[in-house]
Amino acid sequence: MGSGDPFGMPVSHALASGMGGIRTAGDLVARMQLHRKMRLPEAKRYVAEKLKVSSIDLSDEVAMRELREELDIGVITSVPGAARGLAAKARIARLLEIEIASVRIHQGKAEAGF
Amino acid sequence: MTTYRTRMGDGHAVEMSADELRRDIDAGTEEAADRGKIPALTESERDYLFDLFTSPARVVGVEQGHEVILTDDGSVNALYGAQSSSGVGVPVSREMGIRVYERAFSMDTMEVGHPDYSYKPVKPIVALEQQCLESVLAATIIPMYYGAMPNLALYAKPDGPFGNPADLMPQGKIAEAREAQEEAAEVCRRDMVYVARKMAESGADGINFDTTASAGDAEFLATLQAVEELAKTTDLSIEVGMAAEFVLGMHGKVTYDGVRLAGLYPHQQVKLVEKAGAHVFGPVVNTNTRRSSAWNVSRAVTFVKACSEAATIPVHANVGIGVGGVPMCETPPVSMVTRASAAMVEIGRVDGL
Repeated sequence: MGSGDPFGMPVSHALASGMGGIRTAGDLVARMQLHRKMRLPEAKRYVAEKLKVSSIDLSDEVAMRELREELDIGVITSVPGAARGLAAKARIARLLEIEIASVRIHQGKAEAGF
Repeated sequence: MTTYRTRMGDGHAVEMSADELRRDIDAGTEEAADRGKIPALTESERDYLFDLFTSPARVVGVEQGHEVILTDDGSVNALYGAQSSSGVGVPVSREMGIRVYERAFSMDTMEVGHPDYSYKPVKPIVALEQQCLESVLAATIIPMYYGAMPNLALYAKPDGPFGNPADLMPQGKIAEAREAQEEAAEVCRRDMVYVARKMAESGADGINFDTTASAGDAEFLATLQAVEELAKTTDLSIEVGMAAEFVLGMHGKVTYDGVRLAGLYPHQQVKLVEKAGAHVFGPVVNTNTRRSSAWNVSRAVTFVKACSEAATIPVHANVGIGVGGVPMCETPPVSMVTRASAAMVEIGRVDGL
């Protein structure tokens, strides 16, 4: 986006045109752009196929809130026992068939010998 | 006569008639087409902008299903920072602020960045920055960049060891100014690669080169060379966001892949950024404070549409204060930010903002 106070910039753009982050599937689509250089339509198609939903569902707050909890890949509200942080990202990496560097480093340390 | 309340490029309110709005939309796109040697907007695209600027709605948005990915530069210094960073002075740490952006603002991605947002000052404290990044990565879900500016000007006297081209050129010392920029660019490239490698070691998802080419073409070259090296040797996702619509020829002769960098516009910049190996490109189109928002948005989306059509990698247009059609003022009006946002998606065909 760019410079600006939090209400004028991230909040305004999020309302006008943002996918919604972990409130929907914005983080998942972003990962396909970042990891595979996918343009937006291709990234949405890829994630929609993996989640077995339509592309428009990826920005549907209600549909994605339920599906994220079912898949246990992190939800926007604070749910006791739900995957958070690295645990959620480890599941996202498996779901999208990508490597997430922080997950790889964490797993390497967890599994390293003494 | 019916008039519509809109804004000037400096943010002040102005009443304009339908004819005046239409004339400014036409003039804005034609100005971009003339400067960039790119196609002007079609009639239907101009009609879309006209409807956008004559709509009485305060907040507008994209069609459902057209939502795009948001990336942010400057990390969360708009939360804890001061006026110079549009900061609202909330006493939160960066780790806390990023959690707020993820969970309260629903950002798709975020970045860790130092308040002195350039690679040069980060280098001596890189371990502290890695510590913050690792803490953030453990607790968040969204993709996480580390970001800073190449900021070649910091390498010139009095801030750095190299000659200052802004002092040398007025004295007629053109060769010396060029040599100083080449030397500074090499050190700048090394600093960017050093910091980025450290962030890769800590598990960053990506590295963001923000406000690239702020000091001109030599800085753009240093960044492209850093991108090329990092793309070959790390698994970082690399974003290059620009400083302005036009690469300033402070050096004038530097080239990348046989292309002279001075004078390139966004649709040309993106091809070199792709060639270097970047994953995301952030074009900038500057706001003219003396023209209306209709003129500025029309002009900005004309440049960005050409860039999106030329690109093979995702394009995340810059739409902060003073760029992308957004007014240049401290408190950007929500009415104009959302209009610029929607127009960038629906006409500029961006993959993100």
